[in-house]
Amino acid sequence: MSAFRNLLDKISAINARYREPRIEMSGGVRISLMVLRAYLLALVALMIYKFVLIVTQG
Amino acid sequence: MNFFAKLYYPLRKAWKAIGLYLVIAGPGMVVMVADNDAGGITTYAATGAKYGYHLIWFLLLLIPVAYYVQEMTVRLGAVTKRGHAEAIFDGFGAFWGWFSLLDLMIVDWLTLVTEFIGMTAAFAIFGVPPWITVVAVIVLMAVIVLNGRYWTFEKLALLFCALNLIYIPGAFLVHPAVRDVLHQGLIPNFAGGFNGQLFFFLMANIGTTIAPWMLFFQQSAVVDKGMLEKDIPWGRFDTLLGSIVTVVVAVFIIIVTGTVLPGIDIDSAAQAAQVLMKTDRYVGTFLAIGLFDAGLLGAICISLASSWAFGEIFGWAHSLNTKIRQAPWFYATYFIMLVSAGLIVLIPKAPLVLITLFVQVVAVTLLPAALVFLILLLNDRAAMGERCNSLRQNLIGGFIVVSIIVLSTLYGVSVLFPNLFT
Repeated sequence: MSAFRNLLDKISAINARYREPRIEMSGGVRISLMVLRAYLLALVALMIYKFVLIVTQG
Repeated sequence: MNFFAKLYYPLRKAWKAIGLYLVIAGPGMVVMVADNDAGGITTYAATGAKYGYHLIWFLLLLIPVAYYVQEMTVRLGAVTKRGHAEAIFDGFGAFWGWFSLLDLMIVDWLTLVTEFIGMTAAFAIFGVPPWITVVAVIVLMAVIVLNGRYWTFEKLALLFCALNLIYIPGAFLVHPAVRDVLHQGLIPNFAGGFNGQLFFFLMANIGTTIAPWMLFFQQSAVVDKGMLEKDIPWGRFDTLLGSIVTVVVAVFIIIVTGTVLPGIDIDSAAQAAQVLMKTDRYVGTFLAIGLFDAGLLGAICISLASSWAFGEIFGWAHSLNTKIRQAPWFYATYFIMLVSAGLIVLIPKAPLVLITLFVQVVAVTLLPAALVFLILLLNDRAAMGERCNSLRQNLIGGFIVVSIIVLSTLYGVSVLFPNLFT
């Protein structure tokens, strides 16, 4: 139990340490990250669609 | 006498340069040759069997592609002294950091399973039961990493890289028509016209050239080796030489299967080795040994890529220069990944084909992110200083990254929906 708590504490500490991105969020960086988010969402949607197809078609 | 006296100094200079290179050599050569892993060997064997020598020119185009991408990790590692995972956390915050780290762990673990599939299949040709191969591999990999010195690991890895060259004598044994290799292989052409199947093979070859773990591995290896900014030119040379060697090996695999198995559909390199055994025992043996070596080298690098990444983020000691007592979590991660992946292969009726396909799809979610972060980090003047990407490097790197993203995405989608491009 304490090992699990230690792990959670460690993750919280990592989240706190890297809360703010160090790189300056210029227009180009923002657009790149936004496109990346959209790309990943589309890919995940495609995978879910494929999964549903496999399940429904047996 | 005068002639030899004149030769002495240039030779001594060249010998010194080679000596210096051997000290600096490592991350670039190891990562590039390890890229010819079990999955890569299968792709090249299948490409040669399907299209003969006709796609050799395309593989040669991949030399600069691999070089430009991996060269950026050398600069980033040598300047920031941070691995790729830590650089992403630091540069883009915890969200993108966790996404990359967890995705890397999944992709690496799945890829490790495919390396074990390749290694067990290769030794099964010689009648070795899978469980003996798995145990032997784990023991061998423990010996390689537990000596407590990065230098020893790297030189042993380079030895396995040298074994990867086994395909070159293998190609000479099948007596290919050199004229045909040069004529069909070096003049850009699309055998049988540009169709969906050819497009799938082109994408598969690109997909095996740049894998997400390679970025993480080389950057962490540069840091663990202790490379400095002044070592960057040698790191570049090492990466260039590695990218040439990896493509040359791939070309010779294509020559072997293109000569002996033309027009045959190959599902795996082990299957190619089995078929080759019937026509030429030595060539089949070479292909099987090469497949095992490729799987082993891939497994070593992939497990290390994950262990380094976790060590960087969780703040554990994470260097091969440490003993197991000094860095228990680093080695624990390494062996948990390794042993669990090995055990999966031993499970009867495990969905190994599904895992192999799934790797390619999941890798597509990580590769674009890792590449975009790489370009953005290389443009961070505050951290990179004068080693920041120039406009020329951004144009070349940007073009390559966008091309890889588009093609690897299409490859991933074509794995999900096989009839899309046919």
